[in-house]
Amino acid sequence: MKYTSFLIKYAEIAIKGKNRHLFEEALCKQIKIALKKCEGQFVISRTYGRIYIDYESDFDFDETVAALQCVFGITGICPVVHVEDKGFEQLGNDLKKYIDDVYPDKNHTFKINARRARKNYPMDSMELNTELGAVVLEAYPEMTVDVHNPDILLTVEIRENIYMYSEIIPGPGGMPIGTSGKAMLLLSGGIDSPVAGYMIAKRGVTIDAVYFHAPPYTSERAKQKVIDLAKKVAKYTGPINLHVINFTDIQLAIYEKCPHDELTIIMRRYMMRIAEDIAKENKCIGLITGESIGQVASQTMQSLVATNEVCTLPVYRPLIGFDKQEIVEISEKIDTYETSILPYEDCCTIFVAKHPVTKPNLNIIKRDEGNISDVIDELYKTALETDEVIVVE
Amino acid sequence: MNAYLDNSATTRCFDEVRELMNGVMDSHYGNPSSMHNIGVDAEKYIREAKETLAKTLKCQEKEIIFTSGGTESDNMAIIGGALANKRVGNHIITTKIEHPAVLETFKYMESLGYETTYLGVDESGCVNLDELKNALRDDTVLVSVMHVNNEIGSCQPIEEIGKIVKEHNEKTLFHVDSVQGYGKYKINPKKANIDMLSVSGHKIHGPKGIGFLYIKDKVKVNPIIFGGGQQKGMRSGTENVPAIAGLSKAAEIIYTDFDKKIDNLYKLKEMFISELKTIDDVRINGVKDDIRETAPHVISASFKGVRAEVLLHALEDKGIYVSSGSACASNKPAISETLKAINLPKELLDSTVRFSFSVETNEEQLRYTIDVLKEIIPTLRKYSRH
Repeated sequence: MKYTSFLIKYAEIAIKGKNRHLFEEALCKQIKIALKKCEGQFVISRTYGRIYIDYESDFDFDETVAALQCVFGITGICPVVHVEDKGFEQLGNDLKKYIDDVYPDKNHTFKINARRARKNYPMDSMELNTELGAVVLEAYPEMTVDVHNPDILLTVEIRENIYMYSEIIPGPGGMPIGTSGKAMLLLSGGIDSPVAGYMIAKRGVTIDAVYFHAPPYTSERAKQKVIDLAKKVAKYTGPINLHVINFTDIQLAIYEKCPHDELTIIMRRYMMRIAEDIAKENKCIGLITGESIGQVASQTMQSLVATNEVCTLPVYRPLIGFDKQEIVEISEKIDTYETSILPYEDCCTIFVAKHPVTKPNLNIIKRDEGNISDVIDELYKTALETDEVIVVE
Repeated sequence: MNAYLDNSATTRCFDEVRELMNGVMDSHYGNPSSMHNIGVDAEKYIREAKETLAKTLKCQEKEIIFTSGGTESDNMAIIGGALANKRVGNHIITTKIEHPAVLETFKYMESLGYETTYLGVDESGCVNLDELKNALRDDTVLVSVMHVNNEIGSCQPIEEIGKIVKEHNEKTLFHVDSVQGYGKYKINPKKANIDMLSVSGHKIHGPKGIGFLYIKDKVKVNPIIFGGGQQKGMRSGTENVPAIAGLSKAAEIIYTDFDKKIDNLYKLKEMFISELKTIDDVRINGVKDDIRETAPHVISASFKGVRAEVLLHALEDKGIYVSSGSACASNKPAISETLKAINLPKELLDSTVRFSFSVETNEEQLRYTIDVLKEIIPTLRKYSRH
């Protein structure tokens, strides 16, 4: 038997009341975007509080499922078989064939879950449950009924055609993109920031990203690597506007005039400032970073005080309590890891002090930042002007 | 202004080569193995190419086997040469400064049970002939030595090496990786006792994906690619006719007015080196007292206190294209084996860039490059790591 539809399951708890409508619309939109890149013609319908994707042509099952597994808001994907309504006896035979195809091993408990959506069908849901259950029991004596906790929940839905499904392929969960707001992700070439973007996007947040490019200290390949990473994240988030800022002159000024053990902190303060300015200009209402407490010198609590101080927008740090290994696991799951570990210079090691401060004092940082006050306004303005927007999808 | 000085990585295809190839792809698209006249028409290009190429090496046409390029030629020479001459023994010799196409193939041979010897080089990047004499054993089946080093431009005395190898044992095969030498030197494999010689098309303004292996008549080499039996079974696969035609055209152009071209390259090299020396703390690697004892087109220079990658990108910004270490190795930043082998001081390993010329390089571009270097080196040094 051939799958011709997918029933999409989503977490209903998040969609009480009038939000439901918005939630479902956003979800359908994201499904459409995701499936556009796959083979096949399909129609998405929202009926009886369910989302169906019905295929009108051939499609690639694995490719389609993989695409749906990137759509936030989906908790489960049920592949559905359609059969024509040719009377109850035929329905029984079709159901047996379905079980044979999907469950070659019959040692399972089951329950029939009939739904009569087409009300002129001669049997009601209760009758269907009982009668179809009997058909299965008779055909496969090794299968037993468990109405409370069945291994297999066989749903038979009477519509124009009859839909049968039982498998649930897990989706990514979360909320559909477009149901929250927009935030600006500080994207480096590392392992953490793509994961941070993924995690916030999972809560329905639309993502823009900013990358700080420092030619000639970082190469075109390092930039390409960031674009490639954004592309991988975009599989989940939809198109990302990637802002590339030329940061070289600010870095050189800091390097020249500020104490070297404070370079990274002061540099990060300027990155945050620029990110916030671009964020506001692009209607983002938050910043996202991949920071995790204590991972490196610039991510100690004291350092975070210093970098956080320059922002007024909330800074979302979804990895703040994660260990590196936990972050790596997610990056492997979302397929950014391999790209992240490519060995191109991402954060210009030339500007990293051998012994950076780990517990910066905010007042001292502010004082030393004053060393570049004569040039920074001009450099800052110029840096903002270099903003190159790359639409990554 | 633009100055493409990365010609050891690859060269621009000559216009005549590109036009010829267009024509072949457009009108002479037959499979040279086909019986009909469209096939015969395509085969003609292969025959003509062999004729042209054979002339450049003063060899016979049947001694040329087309391959996909330098890497395949090296693989075929080492694997196919050693396997076909098993009876001679299972010891093979090469140098520490070979291209990975040779070094990695040697590693593979080790996995097959072959014993290997890697010869060291002196500070100018040349093999010590006494070391070679001592390394040769009765069971040495193959000696593979590169002609011109791709990173520093040192040129090995291949004629002397060939003589030493053959004096020790007539049956020992002598392979020369001449990917950087062909088109820069007049090579006569027969005189130099060379059994196999690797050549690549895209280093001499030909297309990529084509090259050949010269195999001396009567020398036994096993094929490493099997299939339809093209090229007398030595290298199966439909011949890349347009690329073969292009390679031949490029070789023909390069070897026309050859001495003048090479003399001009040396003049450029001499001028460039003397100008480089006017910059503080620059070291030129792999040079000899007489520049003409090194290859005419490669200059390796170390700029103390400047990171090569940063310098490369800074030059790029001014339209000047060079490479750091060996271009093929730049995608996995590792310290160059060649630079280590010539005992370059540690602090310079990461400060070394390569300028490589071609017949299309002119003096104006080089003067511009020197001006840019003089301008940016002090700035880059100011922001170097402490």
